[in-house]
Amino acid sequence: MENENSTGIVERQQFTFAHDAPMQLDSGETLGPITLAYETYGRLDAARANAILICHALSGDAHAAGLTPDGKIGWWDDCIGPGKAFDTDKYFVVCSNVIGGCQGSTGPSSINPQTGKPYALGFPVITIADIVRAQRHLIDHLGIEKLLAVVGGSMGGMQALQWTVSYPDRVRAALPLATTARHSPMLIAFSEVGRQAIYADPNWRKGEYYDNGARPNTGLALARMIGHITYLSEASMHHKFGRRLEAREHFGYDFGTDFAVESYLHYKGNRFTERFDANSYLYITKAMDYFDLANGNGSLAHAFEKCASLMYLVVSFTSDWLYPPYHSKEMVSALTAIGADVTYCNLQSTWGHDAFLLEVETMTRLISDFLDRVVAQHGIGSR
Amino acid sequence: MSAQNLRADLRALAALIQPGEKVLDLGCGDGTLLRYLIDARQIVGRGVELAERDVLACVGKGLSVRQGNLDEGLRDYPDQSFDTVILSQTLPYLDNPAFILCEMLRVGQRALVSFANWGHWRCRLALLFTGRTPRAPGLPQAWHASPRARPLTVRDFIEFCARDKIAITRSIYLGESDRALRAARLGENLRVAVAIFEVR
Repeated sequence: MENENSTGIVERQQFTFAHDAPMQLDSGETLGPITLAYETYGRLDAARANAILICHALSGDAHAAGLTPDGKIGWWDDCIGPGKAFDTDKYFVVCSNVIGGCQGSTGPSSINPQTGKPYALGFPVITIADIVRAQRHLIDHLGIEKLLAVVGGSMGGMQALQWTVSYPDRVRAALPLATTARHSPMLIAFSEVGRQAIYADPNWRKGEYYDNGARPNTGLALARMIGHITYLSEASMHHKFGRRLEAREHFGYDFGTDFAVESYLHYKGNRFTERFDANSYLYITKAMDYFDLANGNGSLAHAFEKCASLMYLVVSFTSDWLYPPYHSKEMVSALTAIGADVTYCNLQSTWGHDAFLLEVETMTRLISDFLDRVVAQHGIGSR
Repeated sequence: MSAQNLRADLRALAALIQPGEKVLDLGCGDGTLLRYLIDARQIVGRGVELAERDVLACVGKGLSVRQGNLDEGLRDYPDQSFDTVILSQTLPYLDNPAFILCEMLRVGQRALVSFANWGHWRCRLALLFTGRTPRAPGLPQAWHASPRARPLTVRDFIEFCARDKIAITRSIYLGESDRALRAARLGENLRVAVAIFEVR
């Protein structure tokens, strides 16, 4: 449904680069050519100073706001649009799909120009820094010298942090939300169980399933179900499902679906297989597992060494057990130590990790107030 | 906000801040003082505040603020990274005031500490005549209300600083009706409603 606060119908765009010289990756391998799918909302001002890059989470895509021509609403439409947290009357908002993904960007399901067949596991393993490296090419292409802000929740927040570390001169502010500066062993464990679910699917065939017709949907759906549990909290599950039965009056005393929570997980798992590629899931979770800003930089404070003049808004949520508040506090400590301008809020919420998408009212207030300050601090006039 | 609209103790604190200082306000509340100092004194300000509602209010005022308790909040700042560290009307609520004061002086060149004086003659008379726990001037909080307060007096603080070798370099005494008292040594502990100390 169209409303006055929507950015309206948006077209996905694509940008292809690294035709001649492939892009160097952290693994030592190279990748090229690379295509990134992206969308933009609002207008770039004359000074090209009002651009905000939105980075998506594990399963996200470039469609962050507005409606696709066939009516699909963007994943963060609550926060991007006229008068919203990322006010498209003021800001030029860009959201790009990550490399390794499967929603219009180069990933394992793309055709490898060398072989004429999908890359599958021939796709090089990527990192969050590689994802950001590719995004930088897009930002260059859009003619944006300096981003007003880089924003993201969860894996999107890792990209936002990585942007400031990799390209401190190209960013004024970062908003890492419900995220971490290093993937914890628990997070790696959940990633691995998800990957094992995919490996265990006989249709996976070591990634070579594209010509086969049958896809490892059972494994991918299971991985997604595990993921969904970690995005909720015990309290939010009580609230959402309780012990309610699904389409039954009484226990079935069989192994059919009894509980609403089971039905929810099945639905989410199955829906996911319609839009996501199992190999992409492997690559992107691996990129998250490798993420550790301190690694190779001595310490987190060292990693942020060149970020002292940047502004940060770090937000965590009290019930987020996947990326608990202490992860955010750790990055806030390091940023404080180097003298960066860091604002930190640990918001009371029962929604678990998903809170960064659900606490719209508070987030809108926080984000728009913070962005106002970034604009004021840098004397950027809105158009 | 103009100086006239600022609460008297905040106004007196603000008068001690030089233009362009780097200031850390511990327990900065809704950010009223920091906002005033930025507007009127062009300071570079940072705040630490525990309550979510106040943190959001600070961000709404365009301030840089960290949510957290003061132990966490102070640890990360490098030595002598601020000109002034402010502890405004927060001292009685600290679990470990000695540690926090010491940290304030590590982080800042000087600390400004303000608190309501339980040694005021009204407090003394209240206990004597009514038998009820006195409430400090300007603090209407009952004994059972949160956060828990540790009552202290001007004399307590002076002795505490002497014991911990903290130098009091300035003291400003506000009486009832917010008027500044002449810095008479005599009877100050009876007449001071709110005290502001500069310590180093």
